[in-house]
Amino acid sequence: MELPSPNPEILTRKAELVARLGEVLPPAAVISDPAETRAYECDALTAYKCPPLAVILPGSTREVSDALAICHDMGVPVVPRGAGTSLAGGALPTEDSVILGVARLTEVLETDYDNRFIRVQSGRTNLSVTGAVEDDGFFYAPDPSSQLACAIAGNIAMNSGGAHCLKYGVTTNNLLGVTLVQMDGTVSEIGGAHLDAAGYDLLGLICGSEGQLGVVTEATLRILHAPEGARPVLMGFNSNEVAGACVSDIIKAGVLPVAIEFMDRPCIRATEDFAHAGYPDCEALLIVEVEGSDAEIDAQLEVITGIARAHDPVELRQSTSDEESARIWLGRKSAFGAMGQINDYMCLDGTIPVSALPHVLGRIRQMSAEYGLDVANVFHAGDGNMHPLILFDANRPGDLETCEALGAEILKLCVEVGGCLTGEHGVGVEKRDLMTHQYGPDDLDAQMAVKDVFDPRWLLNPAKVFPLAASDARRIAAE
Amino acid sequence: MLTPETEPELAETVAGAQRPLRILGGGTRPVGGVPGGAPLSTRALSGVELYEPGALTLVVRAGTPLAEVEAVLAGEGQRLPFEPMDHRGLLDTQGEPTIGGVVAANVSGPRRIQAGACRDFLLGVRFVDGQGRVIRNGGRVMKNVTGYDLVRLMAGSHGTLGVITEVALKVLPVPKATGLLTIPGLSDDRGVQALCRALGSPYEVTGAAHLQHGPEGTPMTMIRLEGFEASVAYRAGELKARLAEYGPARLETDPEAVHAAWAAVRDVAPFHGRPGDVWRLSVKPTDAPGIVAGLEGVEAIYDWGGGLVWLLLPEAAGADATAIRQAVAEAGGHATRVRGAGAAPAFQPLPAPVAALQAGLKQRFDPKGLFNPGLMEQQARDTSAA
Repeated sequence: MELPSPNPEILTRKAELVARLGEVLPPAAVISDPAETRAYECDALTAYKCPPLAVILPGSTREVSDALAICHDMGVPVVPRGAGTSLAGGALPTEDSVILGVARLTEVLETDYDNRFIRVQSGRTNLSVTGAVEDDGFFYAPDPSSQLACAIAGNIAMNSGGAHCLKYGVTTNNLLGVTLVQMDGTVSEIGGAHLDAAGYDLLGLICGSEGQLGVVTEATLRILHAPEGARPVLMGFNSNEVAGACVSDIIKAGVLPVAIEFMDRPCIRATEDFAHAGYPDCEALLIVEVEGSDAEIDAQLEVITGIARAHDPVELRQSTSDEESARIWLGRKSAFGAMGQINDYMCLDGTIPVSALPHVLGRIRQMSAEYGLDVANVFHAGDGNMHPLILFDANRPGDLETCEALGAEILKLCVEVGGCLTGEHGVGVEKRDLMTHQYGPDDLDAQMAVKDVFDPRWLLNPAKVFPLAASDARRIAAE
Repeated sequence: MLTPETEPELAETVAGAQRPLRILGGGTRPVGGVPGGAPLSTRALSGVELYEPGALTLVVRAGTPLAEVEAVLAGEGQRLPFEPMDHRGLLDTQGEPTIGGVVAANVSGPRRIQAGACRDFLLGVRFVDGQGRVIRNGGRVMKNVTGYDLVRLMAGSHGTLGVITEVALKVLPVPKATGLLTIPGLSDDRGVQALCRALGSPYEVTGAAHLQHGPEGTPMTMIRLEGFEASVAYRAGELKARLAEYGPARLETDPEAVHAAWAAVRDVAPFHGRPGDVWRLSVKPTDAPGIVAGLEGVEAIYDWGGGLVWLLLPEAAGADATAIRQAVAEAGGHATRVRGAGAAPAFQPLPAPVAALQAGLKQRFDPKGLFNPGLMEQQARDTSAA
């Protein structure tokens, strides 16, 4: 994976940059000692590391604006960082860049239950947004699995999803407004507490733009009243095809489950060894969860188990209590931990049409054999968002490269069957060079034209998302 | 009228165009006025490309009549969840609404409050940009963060950035049962309060409207529930109890009656055939009654729990564009003149930095200024007046 070589002129001006940033930020908010900047050398994609030139942690929109204006003036690239949980390298710095962290922006600014929104500073964690409203019965719907740690700023940058988006949508469907600071320091209010911002859908553009269009410092988010209850049913099948057909039939039946999770045999075995959730030893396992009052849940689960029975399941276990629900979810929720116990792993994130599920799982099994690396599958089946986990040994020379090659093959397969490279993790640096498999030159040019408008000098997180060869001309022209 | 029959033909037409083009589907939604230019319609780009009911996915060419899309979906017991409005009655237009037109104007009906807007169900687009290039963005899967989201940019850009040729949509099953709770006689304030309370419950209200003049000429507050029969009955009962202080609520469960009542809200039927400008406001629900009360001589319909306000300004009304825009600017939100003419721009003037971004996007996507000239354009001098 290639990153542009650092601009030597910027490196020599470090002292001047740090001094100028110190004029607009409190002393503790500017970090330039290499021993300390090292903490920011990577995000959750730990295979790539590079300490930044400096790190700034502004405490207000004004400070973000002032600091960005200085970096803009000096031509210094800025890499925005939420909580550093990106699996795609979205917050990976370059040697000549400044990391702008939102960790000090954590306040709840406004909560309004009548109009069902909350306005927060963007460094607040996903889970603590729900935490701020749950005592009053409300919640914020998008729930990425890193929700304990990840920041709303990162959720917006990556348009994060989660297990419950089959029913509630992803970040872009729950974002009402932002305060955006552009690279030159310009501050804009886009959208607000009302629905559908005026003019072009700039909110839609900003959401998922991976920190390349601006830094979001405040966000207005839609909150919902929590359902009265939720319970899952677990079903085991002897083939991926049958499990896939069952998913499709459930979706067609008119019940809208809040989640449909899928695990294949390698994943079931690993999690069983680790968590002892009492899962059946079978080819494919589904966990389907529905919401409502007790009676409503029973009625929906009856429809769902009826469909499952028609597919001859090897196991069908309907939860009737909180304890049983927890037990059903136990294995699924410890799946990633279980994999980490066995091996290093790389988590992919391609999305496919639900109808292509059996074909894709079959092909992944073949590829896994060809490359000699095990692949376990655990994913959100309702929306086709796969999470193949490729197991490798980071200490064995060549294993990481083989793993990356296999990962690329699997993602190309996802595109081939009508899907996409990434459903919720983002492109970052990880999938940047695969973009040409999904989009043609004109498609990429149209996307880059958006960055030209928001950040004409290509200073914000510049070496991500687009293959370097595609963005070269723009980045060089802007220098 | 230019009516290219294929996407390459359309791209060629645009690439060779020397004069502005007026982009339209069926031409039934001239929101913001009719721009100049030679008319170019996508109506000949018609037909379903792909429909997978088990994946809740529909891919359809832009010129396909909305009625055809809805019929295809109904055949599998599914529908467009965002309940797009039919503008013909309100705008007194003829013609066949197309799915491309729905997307270009991001048209969403009462269910938007719970299910989401048209833009929320749009999975992918193909469009021809101002240089005549065919651009693809998004795809046909429900979760996709691969690159920038031009899908949502195209929704609601009213044909000013590109000519949409194909759209991929997420669809949903039609629930088995539906119910309409009505509470008569509430003031605007109390009506919106009741709606807020219903929407803040766990009962997944899929429609929340308040009419100043219901079918009997008196105010009517409306709440819709959808789902399994037992669930609708249970939720209606719970809501009645929660809303008891607003007076007794009546439950209607005849599907045709419920549908007709919401179709009237969706299409703003109470304003059909009546003279006067029509405005559409998006505001914070609890701000809505106050904004309406401050505008002299207007009649209002509240949808989206109060967040969407339709205003009829009879000629005698004291309120005008300036008053409306001022009220909305103070509260936060936006106002669009959907019907009528006047010196004030039809679309909400934007703050300067946002207007600059919008102008920049227009310049990049349509450098020759071919598409719908003037539409949605920001007039710098009007910004302060907003």
